[in-house]
Amino acid sequence: MTYMHIGKNFVPPDVAGKVTGRIKYAEDYSKEGMVYARLLTSPVPHARVVSIDASEALAMDGVFGLLTADDVYPDGETASVGLKILTNEPTLVGEPILALAAVDEKTAESAITKIAVTFERLPFVLDPLDSLTEGGPDAYSGGNTFVFRQGFASEKWSVDQVASFRAGNEPNAEPQQTFAYGDLEKSFAESSFVYESTFTTAGYPHHSMEPRSAMAYWENGKLYLHGTSQSLTALADGMASIVGVPPEDFVFINQATGGGFGQRARANSIPSMAIPAKLSQKINRPVMMRITREEEFTIGGARQGFQGWIKVGFKPDGVMAAADLFIVSDNGGKGGGADAFSAADAISILYQTEAVRFRGTSIGSNTGHRGAQRGPGQNQIAPIISPILDRAAAELGIDRLEIRKINTPQNGDVGGPQRTPFTSAYMPEALEMGAEMFNYSERIQRSRQRKGTKVTGIGVGQGYHNAGRSGMDGIVRLMADGRLQVHNGVGNLGTYSFASTSRAAAEVLQIPWERVDIVTGRTDRHLPITSPQDGSNSIFTNTRTNYGAAQDLLSKMKEITAMDLGGDMSDYEVGGERIFKISDQDVGMSFAEIAQRGVELGGKFTGESELPEELNDFTKLSVSRLAGQALMGIFHDSRHSNNPPGFTATFTEIELDTETGKYEIIDMVTIGDCGTVVHPQGLKNQLVGGAVWGIGLSGYERHLYDPQNGLPASTGYWQSKVPTMLDTPAKIKTGWVDLPDPENPVGARGIGEPAMGGVSAALTAAISDAMDGHIFNSAPITADMIINQAAGVSSDAIPLAQNNFRG
Amino acid sequence: MKLNLTRRRFIKGVIASGAAATSTSLWYAANGASRPPGAVERLVRLNVNGQTRTVDVAPQETLASTLRYKLGLTGTKLGCNRGECGACTVVVDDIGTYACSVLTHSVKGSKVETVEGLESANGELHPVQQAFVEELSPQCGYCTPGQIMSAVALLRANPNPTREEARWGLSGNICRCGSYDSYLDGVMRAAEIG
Repeated sequence: MTYMHIGKNFVPPDVAGKVTGRIKYAEDYSKEGMVYARLLTSPVPHARVVSIDASEALAMDGVFGLLTADDVYPDGETASVGLKILTNEPTLVGEPILALAAVDEKTAESAITKIAVTFERLPFVLDPLDSLTEGGPDAYSGGNTFVFRQGFASEKWSVDQVASFRAGNEPNAEPQQTFAYGDLEKSFAESSFVYESTFTTAGYPHHSMEPRSAMAYWENGKLYLHGTSQSLTALADGMASIVGVPPEDFVFINQATGGGFGQRARANSIPSMAIPAKLSQKINRPVMMRITREEEFTIGGARQGFQGWIKVGFKPDGVMAAADLFIVSDNGGKGGGADAFSAADAISILYQTEAVRFRGTSIGSNTGHRGAQRGPGQNQIAPIISPILDRAAAELGIDRLEIRKINTPQNGDVGGPQRTPFTSAYMPEALEMGAEMFNYSERIQRSRQRKGTKVTGIGVGQGYHNAGRSGMDGIVRLMADGRLQVHNGVGNLGTYSFASTSRAAAEVLQIPWERVDIVTGRTDRHLPITSPQDGSNSIFTNTRTNYGAAQDLLSKMKEITAMDLGGDMSDYEVGGERIFKISDQDVGMSFAEIAQRGVELGGKFTGESELPEELNDFTKLSVSRLAGQALMGIFHDSRHSNNPPGFTATFTEIELDTETGKYEIIDMVTIGDCGTVVHPQGLKNQLVGGAVWGIGLSGYERHLYDPQNGLPASTGYWQSKVPTMLDTPAKIKTGWVDLPDPENPVGARGIGEPAMGGVSAALTAAISDAMDGHIFNSAPITADMIINQAAGVSSDAIPLAQNNFRG
Repeated sequence: MKLNLTRRRFIKGVIASGAAATSTSLWYAANGASRPPGAVERLVRLNVNGQTRTVDVAPQETLASTLRYKLGLTGTKLGCNRGECGACTVVVDDIGTYACSVLTHSVKGSKVETVEGLESANGELHPVQQAFVEELSPQCGYCTPGQIMSAVALLRANPNPTREEARWGLSGNICRCGSYDSYLDGVMRAAEIG
């Protein structure tokens, strides 16, 4: 299909601001009379606040006030998972206890040193397996796990059960969560190669570049909050509730966000923004709360780590017959998270496994709080499963690419515990395209070739994440000058999807891009609700809403034209910024004329009546504030059917030095299957960005804690080892299948998260290949581990260790 | 004069100025919006983006703090404020420099350039900015001003770098979105159109 906008590059409207420094992030704002908040945070991993004496601090010059958990939760803190705004029972080092506002940060910090907080120290634990062991400490005062709708509970295994698991055996305890399909026993019996092992994956921080600073003030009873978010309206909707202000009195301002990766998608993942809001309300002054890198580490969240056991069986023809997983996931200091379920789901989908059993148990630790991070679950398991496929291929005498083709998902397939059909799936095409770009058939010949201490490793990997939602709303307006305004509630976290999804509306109206204005950046510009911008869903979800809203607008435009010029709506077509008669193109009205007529007519044309019945409340409020001003298209998206997947296929060649444990990525090709490509440059950025994350997962990123005191040791970029330009290849080659998905009006699906998983799977497989097929059963595989393996030392890590210096 | 301020020299400077040299307290000290009691006003003349600016600077104040909070040049970002990420990179006497790790009084007499100073008076983008737009190098954009200033410094020293040289030239700038490939595309294009 030939499109005017879809599939073409364009300059998103915020790029100029990004290269000139003019675009504003939350901390770049200031307000007359603004004062500064600083936090007093927990110095210990688990404690109860017994008393706070701030009298001396509050008496200091330049100090304006204090906010504590008692102010924020006058009825007491609820027993629930997730970070609180402030707390009297910190369960991780660095958790905010109170905030103090002063004339400047230095004064605030000085005043905080005068506050006497008495803590009652409580037992803490860093390793979920220590907590799981009978008699072991619990991370929370109510237990070590959170049971949905039941609250905190204590989950314990016997000493022998934990010891057996640590020794590499299948856990024999009852799991908290399970799913299964197929005949597992039969499928394993039919397998000629079975691999079984324990494994670990590290949790590690998101480390968005922009610390989550926020500034708030109140004017005429309304709260204005300059914050950071990856989902503008979805987060604002929830944040109003957290602050305790009616949605109509809350203005969230968020022009740009310095990275999200899952931890700024929803209000409950960033409750710290309520601190300046509530402090400002209390002291009646604008309050800026700047967040340091160390604080961003603490309250910025982390991926769940896994301590797991996996057993996979393959039939003689290479078909993955069975997968059996038991995963203990580290829920960190505040509970929550469902990564393990998603890991098993991803295996079921990516390898079309005939029988799958998943068992999972989530246990807390007094480490960073956990939440969604780019492909939560799907991406942790990607580097674990990929070398197992290669081992199976070797054992069965099948080529490594071939075994992936044998098991690949494709159109008409189903996946996951509900055996959900795909909306479309073009993984075979992605594998073919990648193999050709990579020149796989020649490169695989170089596998394990040695040159001195250097060995070549070849890896193939696949990534998956569900990539689309529905049920959201769209608003577009045709202005009196004939320009199109697309009201877009998508967050601006760097994917440019707020702009690329708007192009679906421009496509419907066949209007030049320079005649389109995207209305976004703050909620008092009256935006529709969107789904939280996580789960790689935005391009699918919001092209649906914008396309639908533009269709509604187009329909109204044709109705007005037919009303004025005669005939029926179906007699008219759109083009050249006019609605014209198909039988006589000279007969028609310009967009500007139609827009002006729409305002004269009012009613349904301007959003004053006949609104879609199921419009979300947030959108209704926006529409009510826009009503009567311009010709409007308003749309509520119904639910789509089936699973729109995002898939990637990655090929890589590395040169690994067995003397240093370091490796150079010689070549990397990564291919996306994400339906029709809407914005090629944006897609390329997601693929290369995901690649860098995949490189970090496979080789570098970690979460270190001092086992004696529970202090975090990876609060900065270097210790947690976020990849730099020198850890990544000078060029990452990208490509895309570009075949349309039938459940999206422009054929699009998402890609952000699978872009990471495919690369991690391929890179880990390449490392394993260079090490003669050794499977490390770990992510990351660090240089030390490689050196030890090369030296014949079986492992440099205590089995299943994570979250401490041993890992 | 070429500035060669190492991290050690910076920390020594901070200690000498009386501030505790822990990273946490450094943050507040370096952002010192008010002078310590009894301190005299220190007016420092700075050459920033070709203009002479007279600023009241605390002895321990970092250049990033002065630029952002005294001169309103918020294009210079603070990602870590401890010399790890490069988001605050500015150009001092043609050398890419972490503004979070330089004391403002130490650049008196130097030529300081920030991202705001790159556009020409008629609004024309600098070749690096233009190339970064064309290649859509930024993602979230928070590290972009630092990446741009590192690229500007690199291209002044080496107007036609290889991709590998560009990779090393920008290796002190972390991009958590992982847009390195697109930044390198931008540098190579900038060298072409420069």
